[in-house]
Amino acid sequence: MSERSGKTGSTRREFLSKSLVAGGAAMVAGKAAAAGDPAITQVQPWAQMLGEGVDARPYGTPSPFEAHVVRRNVPWLTADPVSSVSFTPLHELDGIITPNGLCFERHHAGIAEVDPGEYRLMINGLVDRPLVFTLQDLLRFPRENRVYFLECAANSGMEWRGSQLNGCQFTHGMIHNVMYTGIPLRLLLEEAGVKTSAAWIMPEGADAAAMTRSIPLEKAMDDCLVAFRMNGEALRPEQGYPVRLVVPGWEGNMWVKWLRRIEVGDQPWHHREETSAYTDLMPDGRARRFTWVMDAKSVITSPSPQAPITHGPGHTVITGVAWSGRGAILRVDVTLDGGITWHQARMSGPSFDKSMHRFYYEFDWDGRPLLLQSRAMDSTGYVQPTKEKLRELRGLSSIYHNNGIQTWAVNEQGVAENVEIS
Amino acid sequence: TPVLADGFGLGRDATPDEVAAWDIDVRPDGQGLPEGRGTVAEGEEIFTAQCAVCHGDFGEGVGRWPNIAGGQGSLADEDPVKTVGSYWPYLSTVWDYVHRAMPFGNAQSLTDDEVYALTAYILYLNDVVLEEDFELSHENFTEIRLENEDGFYMDDRDTLEVPQLTGEPCMEACKPSVEITMRARVLDVTPDTADDDAAA
Repeated sequence: MSERSGKTGSTRREFLSKSLVAGGAAMVAGKAAAAGDPAITQVQPWAQMLGEGVDARPYGTPSPFEAHVVRRNVPWLTADPVSSVSFTPLHELDGIITPNGLCFERHHAGIAEVDPGEYRLMINGLVDRPLVFTLQDLLRFPRENRVYFLECAANSGMEWRGSQLNGCQFTHGMIHNVMYTGIPLRLLLEEAGVKTSAAWIMPEGADAAAMTRSIPLEKAMDDCLVAFRMNGEALRPEQGYPVRLVVPGWEGNMWVKWLRRIEVGDQPWHHREETSAYTDLMPDGRARRFTWVMDAKSVITSPSPQAPITHGPGHTVITGVAWSGRGAILRVDVTLDGGITWHQARMSGPSFDKSMHRFYYEFDWDGRPLLLQSRAMDSTGYVQPTKEKLRELRGLSSIYHNNGIQTWAVNEQGVAENVEIS
Repeated sequence: TPVLADGFGLGRDATPDEVAAWDIDVRPDGQGLPEGRGTVAEGEEIFTAQCAVCHGDFGEGVGRWPNIAGGQGSLADEDPVKTVGSYWPYLSTVWDYVHRAMPFGNAQSLTDDEVYALTAYILYLNDVVLEEDFELSHENFTEIRLENEDGFYMDDRDTLEVPQLTGEPCMEACKPSVEITMRARVLDVTPDTADDDAAA
């Protein structure tokens, strides 16, 4: 196994150092094989000494060998880390559930630290009776458990004009997928009594950005949740503790965190986050507004620039995730040659509407360069487009909603790179 | 707290003072605007003291902080400049956003009159009003129109894109050949790689 240069160096060194720490696994195939693998023939410390007791880790954390599996940010993207974004390390994850501590963050005024005892949710506007709820009140409503993806409208936005960031964490990591426990928003609105003239709602956050968005009442009454748990535990502060809005299938900006108020109205509010931002500029200088749904999308998470092939030729596992705001993902195709020939991937794990889906494609790699792509198809028959097709439809300045097919070029050494192809 | 007759009987009535404290949003038709007024000249003074450090003396933006003036006519250009003057459809959004979220780090510290004055100054920076003694108030607010009000249209993906992108895709011999046309490593802007390269 030869040392590699370039962008994947860190990942490779992390891999090697982990192997060495674990007992020289890299030697197994070499001269040590005859004498036996010291990972087996020598008594390891963890096989001899006592470990920590059950009182040592009241809230467990990952193994120190997984310390590199963290959110990352891209400092040059924004003026300040307080109104900015961090990225989920998709290349290190499997299955469909994102661990709470790794869910990407997007704040507009930093992480609000809300005292649950002082938490209040107000419903006002075109309702029979404006109401105030405490957190204790909310815990007395009937609850639902749902798995949904939350994707930032700007996910992959830096890639509109070409390959820029080298790793799926950065190109596709403004997404997470968790099980939410919450109250159907419909029940809260019905508690206040929505007037017949109502057509829109406006959720508002309690942070210093006081985030607001306009949402049609039809969506609010359909599948939105007022959530207070993610993956079984309370929301993390950076995800809106104690309460956030869940807007299944729709762009992440609308999932208002630290939710303090829901106003009911008869028109949209055209606030900053649906005029200046989260509108999509088209080539003629006009812009789409209210582009809510996130279209079908996928990405191969391994191999990828941060997760090179380190085992050499032979049996190789390609894996990735796919999702659609319009429904479930029934099928993902994978190509090894840049889209000349496609193969149907194997889906594994639960398949929920508006949730991430996990796919695998296993093959015998002959060591030749690969041009890897994945192509999602959702339950409506929509097929994930190429970037070229999206640019033909929308030009280069729309920033948001880039669901184009991603290409990784894998060379003979197994190093993967973010590229665009003809 | 009386139990409500309908529903689950959870929550309590919001008082008018509570609703007034949190219901601060403003719509394009002026709904939600409080009484108040402020001039361009007053706004310039506030802007210089509280806003210019990030947004620049003329709204041009400092570093990566947002520019809020200029760029008129650039929206179809290769590098469009999207500002209040060139892009934003409604003045109400300026009033609402400045009032609810600015200054960054000291939100909801401006009085209603100060927000009117700042909004007037932002109009002046964008050449929407030309006189320094122009006064913006709750009375003349909805008379002001921004240039790009008609520059937006409802999401049309369902009719324009979805039909083109739906159906059985090609599986075999989909194109004659493939070439790499662009590489992220050439740009070299991915974080946490410079040190790694040095160490390699």
